[in-house]
Amino acid sequence: MKGLPPVLITAIVLVVGFALCAVQFPNIASTRVVGNLLTDNAFLGIVATGMTFVIISGGIDLSVGSVIGFTTVFVALAIERWGVPPLVAFVAILVLSAAFGAAMGAVIHVFDLPPFIVTLAGMFLARGASFLLSTESVPITAPVYSTVSDFALRMPGGGRLSAIAIIMLVILIGGILLLRLTRFGANVYALGGGRATASLMGVAVGKMTIKIYMLSSLLAGTAGIVFSFYTSAGYSLSAVGVELDSIAAVVIGGTLLTGGQGSVIGTFLGVLIQGMIQTYINFDGTLSSWWTKIATGILLFAFIALQQGLVALARRPTAARAGVAS
Amino acid sequence: MTMLLPRRGLAQILALIVILAVDRVVSPQFFDLRLQDGRLFGSLIDVLNRGTPVALLSLGMVLVIATRGIDLSVGAVMAICGAIAASLADSHSLPVVLAAALGAGLVCGLWNGFLVAVLGMQPIVATLILMVAGRGIAQLITEGRIVTFTSPDLVWLGNGAILGVPVPIAIALGMLILTGAVVRGSALGLLIEATGGNARASELAGVGTRAMILAVYVWCGVCAALAGVIAAADIMGADANNAGLWLELDAILAVVIGGTSLFGGRFSLVLAVLGALIIQTMNTGILLSGYPPEFNLLVKAVVVLAVLLLQSPKLPGFAGIMARLRRTKP
Repeated sequence: MKGLPPVLITAIVLVVGFALCAVQFPNIASTRVVGNLLTDNAFLGIVATGMTFVIISGGIDLSVGSVIGFTTVFVALAIERWGVPPLVAFVAILVLSAAFGAAMGAVIHVFDLPPFIVTLAGMFLARGASFLLSTESVPITAPVYSTVSDFALRMPGGGRLSAIAIIMLVILIGGILLLRLTRFGANVYALGGGRATASLMGVAVGKMTIKIYMLSSLLAGTAGIVFSFYTSAGYSLSAVGVELDSIAAVVIGGTLLTGGQGSVIGTFLGVLIQGMIQTYINFDGTLSSWWTKIATGILLFAFIALQQGLVALARRPTAARAGVAS
Repeated sequence: MTMLLPRRGLAQILALIVILAVDRVVSPQFFDLRLQDGRLFGSLIDVLNRGTPVALLSLGMVLVIATRGIDLSVGAVMAICGAIAASLADSHSLPVVLAAALGAGLVCGLWNGFLVAVLGMQPIVATLILMVAGRGIAQLITEGRIVTFTSPDLVWLGNGAILGVPVPIAIALGMLILTGAVVRGSALGLLIEATGGNARASELAGVGTRAMILAVYVWCGVCAALAGVIAAADIMGADANNAGLWLELDAILAVVIGGTSLFGGRFSLVLAVLGALIIQTMNTGILLSGYPPEFNLLVKAVVVLAVLLLQSPKLPGFAGIMARLRRTKP
């Protein structure tokens, strides 16, 4: 393979960007800031891990932000109003979101509909359902929540690796292993390469589609629980637009949006880059937060254009190889 | 000539009539119209007026979808153009304001079209870039504030009336007729449908598919710009955060309800606008019935799913029945 793989480019962007930030604000290069960055983006990292699977398989999941919103409201109401023990509430919402994802996957496969529009309907449905549950912010006062938010591993340099950051890192590693080392992961790549081809190779396309969307929604539900830990509240308008952030993270991480290529680690780097931009803007203080959106847009463009270039190169292999041989 | 109401519009018209009937039951004065200060008032006018932005968006969106594309950025383009119009309104004349806002929409459309037609990006991805960055750009223009204006000319665009008809409705109607005349009065519509049906085959048959794709995104941008200006004129201000938020989804929904397949090909402008009206009639009905407006999203989700299932290539039920009905007709 000629040139650098996209993940390496992402890593270089992250390192160079971080170095530039550190030159301007030396305080950024501390475990304290890095720890906060991981904590602030824990839910995004979890959702983006699920999104990576969906996108590699050639699909897209627009419902994740709404699922997070629904989860926070459901968990808050279950614990505070209905008196359900937190752990039972967590299990219930995870089962519920997994079923939701499985249903979307089933509709996509059985009726042969574009994932984009099916998950769009799912997005409306989940957001509408969370509005129905409650339109106001419900604070969560359960003792588990204060225990979890107080828990943190001390890192050298005074940084804190919070519980939700640890959850994110564990899921991340799990995601990497699942994608790289299991038959399921191989099938995800096969599906992204082409549904017909995958089917001919013996991949149960229907089952896989259902499982992939189930995984994405399950992780979105997990992210919702993490988000409720992060804010100690459930709010139906929380995590609006997270689906875009996570798609952006996946793309910046070098995953091909047409499917078939990509990695979870790249997605993680993409999340970190977005977090880094946010941190830089916070440190600067004079820049407004909307620069995050513009910077993300520019990065998105750069990476998609790069992918387009790589794909174009790959499509002309005969000419290139002939040139090399002669 | 199938320019105005193709045969396949029956389901949509029936749906609109049913929803209107439900609205009439919910709110007995739904069909009341009265003339006040030279402008018509009433729930029906309200539906049309509020439906204008989505109707305008769906006019552009339907062409994009007909080429097998999609434009996610229309909401952000609305925000940008609304912001431009609002910031220029008090210092410049209306033609300058309009030219600047529509010009910005055109540039946005050109950008999307360039990415899709020339660089060959997937439409979802290409327009996602502007969707993410566009709101930031709009914030940059308004400097993060909600820009208000008092220019009577621009306010008239949102709140005035021509012969009793509110200006936004007149503009939407004008755009529908203009788009219809251009697209259906020439071979353009056919070429767009050909591009969406099979881009490669059309290219080989001599259709300038690149130019077609570029043109539909530009038109979509212009329509979005107009919608943004009207939305800003309506509230006499521009809110970069909320102007046109999620309207891209409503516009796509309107097009889908209008029977245009997301897989490209045949399209109908009138039915797309009708789809926008169906959505707005539902919204207004839910508001009038006293249900919380949050209900809207749930109802929309159910409607999307229902329409999708009807369109599904795998579901023979409805489509099969319709096809059989058509075949038995002389």
